[in-house]
Amino acid sequence: MVHVLLILFTITLLYLSIASRLLTYLKILAFQGVLLFGLAFIELREVSTLNLVFILLETIIFKALAVPIFINYIIRRNHITRESEPFLPNFVSLIVVTGIILTAIMMSHSVQDELLEKSTFIVALSTVFTGMYIIATRKKVITHVMGYMVLENGVFILSLAVGNEMPMLLNLGIMLDIFASVFILGIFVNKIGDVLKGVDVDQLKNLKD
Amino acid sequence: MSMTGIYLSIAIALGGALFLNRNQAIRRLLVVCFTLLQVGFTVYSFLHPGASGEAFFRADALGLLMLGVLTIISIPAVIHSEIYLSNPRETNRTRAIYCAALILLITAMGAACLSSHIAVTWIFVELTTLSASALIYHHRNERSLEGTWKYVFLCAISVTFIFIGILFLSLALRQTGTTDLSYEQLMLHASALDPSWLKLAFLFIFTGFTAKMGLVPMYTAGIDAKDKAPAPAGALFSSVLMNMGFVGIFRIYEVTAQTSILPWANTVMVISAILSIFVATVYMMRVTNFKRMLGYSSIEHMGLVILGLTAGGVGYYAAILHLVLHSFVKSSLFFQFNQVYQTYQSKSLPDTGFYFRYNLAGALVVLTGYFFATAIPPSGLFVSEWMIFRALFEGHHLLLLLVVMILLTTIIWAFGRSIFAMLFAAPPQEFDASRVVRIHPLHSLSQYLLLALSVVLGLFPPDSLVALIQEAVQSLPL
Repeated sequence: MVHVLLILFTITLLYLSIASRLLTYLKILAFQGVLLFGLAFIELREVSTLNLVFILLETIIFKALAVPIFINYIIRRNHITRESEPFLPNFVSLIVVTGIILTAIMMSHSVQDELLEKSTFIVALSTVFTGMYIIATRKKVITHVMGYMVLENGVFILSLAVGNEMPMLLNLGIMLDIFASVFILGIFVNKIGDVLKGVDVDQLKNLKD
Repeated sequence: MSMTGIYLSIAIALGGALFLNRNQAIRRLLVVCFTLLQVGFTVYSFLHPGASGEAFFRADALGLLMLGVLTIISIPAVIHSEIYLSNPRETNRTRAIYCAALILLITAMGAACLSSHIAVTWIFVELTTLSASALIYHHRNERSLEGTWKYVFLCAISVTFIFIGILFLSLALRQTGTTDLSYEQLMLHASALDPSWLKLAFLFIFTGFTAKMGLVPMYTAGIDAKDKAPAPAGALFSSVLMNMGFVGIFRIYEVTAQTSILPWANTVMVISAILSIFVATVYMMRVTNFKRMLGYSSIEHMGLVILGLTAGGVGYYAAILHLVLHSFVKSSLFFQFNQVYQTYQSKSLPDTGFYFRYNLAGALVVLTGYFFATAIPPSGLFVSEWMIFRALFEGHHLLLLLVVMILLTTIIWAFGRSIFAMLFAAPPQEFDASRVVRIHPLHSLSQYLLLALSVVLGLFPPDSLVALIQEAVQSLPL
């Protein structure tokens, strides 16, 4: 069951690389939130019920519902156009993300650790780097935010690997996720939307040497 | 309750009160209270080094040293903030937010340097991002928003990287049977850590902290932050905030130094350091914004510090001395910046000129600051830089030494060209000398004191400073 969820998660990454509309990104983010809940529910057998409820809140309520709805609200409020406007063609993105996944698989072979579940590690690393790739190659600032959310999802999967032994780290990761997301989205909705109307990275090019 | 806990709760309470308060007299009173608290806490920590009974904090040698530097610089920072906030353009609300953010920043930096657990360090690093972003956004215009957004976003990524590193570190720790991520336990179990996980952990934690310390690859946001934040805050960003980033890197380096992957880690750090110095050189030659120029100069010095650390031997001592002295020199130059801005109403270097004519005391600070920042004797930085070069020479890194020397010479030339043009060349035709406001020479006093301190500590270091630095680096291999 874990493997099915992990494979589904990897497919969402590939789909993300060729998605061209912002709404599709949001749907993928919401779906990833649900998958993360499934993963956490299966993998974390040794955590307390209270902790599990906390994780449920984080994945289902925060990742799958609150963040996508909020970003959708920002897109509508600021009249951001629907295309994601990548710098590179979608085909190239697909190749790059496939390359990222392959690299993660090769990296996992170099690690000699029998305690580690390699598939979790592979998916976590590919998610982190796909998030970075989306941040680097999309034109709109709001897509950068979504890339950051993908990166955070990768961190969440990685923290599941140690979640049973160190629940403290898992909770810290969730705190980071909520804190950083609220902070970033807060600046976005309050400030950027008011000061900069179009919200392209092109408008954030004044500070340079 | 432990002493650090009391300090943190009072400081945060003061910050909250400052944020809510709109009365100017009360605001000044609260800021003075905080300064006294900061000094008192520092003195207490120096009197009780390594005090027990603290859960997540320990005043070890490096933490004490950085706390001392932080407190020394935060006093002029508070004074210059007061001068800065006396501008009638500021409202009571902006003053309140500024002061609250400043106090939170100073507290978070101190706590991050003293923390004895990697997750606690990480939390306070995140807090510095929060408070720094409020300071960068102080002017509330489009440019400062851009700077804030870039800083927040890059720091969010860097903090995520540090967290990934911590996760890998906990994976490396699995075989040792402990789940305690305090630095003490990490040092204790260092030799039993899994090398391949530790490599990944080091890579991610190092990359994450480069955003705070100002090294390639994540140095960019720091430059924008120093440029857009008010200069007294910029002085903190370019000195003690960078020191905090160094502390984060140093703690994980200490652990790595006990294992077999040390040569690999050194290679990673040397690449980052040399690229930082190179980037600083390239930008120093073409930058026209005074604050950004100072920011790039800081990046050069951080590169040197990391080079000293990797060279080993006398380089360890030199690296930390260099860090301390650089903090004093660079913060005094930043404190001076507002006077330059008041004179020319611009931070662009081509708009300036004949500065000696308008502000003698300030011009002397800029001139001395330039000589000290480029490590020309009698600068204290000359001593530490010379020791770093000696460490590189003794470690047979001759090619590296040659490249660094060429780059540093270029920086001395580029930095000097801009500074001398500002001091001695004619200002542009449009400049109206009759509108220049007289600045009281006393406003430059703290800068002279900081510069003098850097000379004294560099040329005649007191025994206690030498002992502290040696204690801080004692765990590193010879």
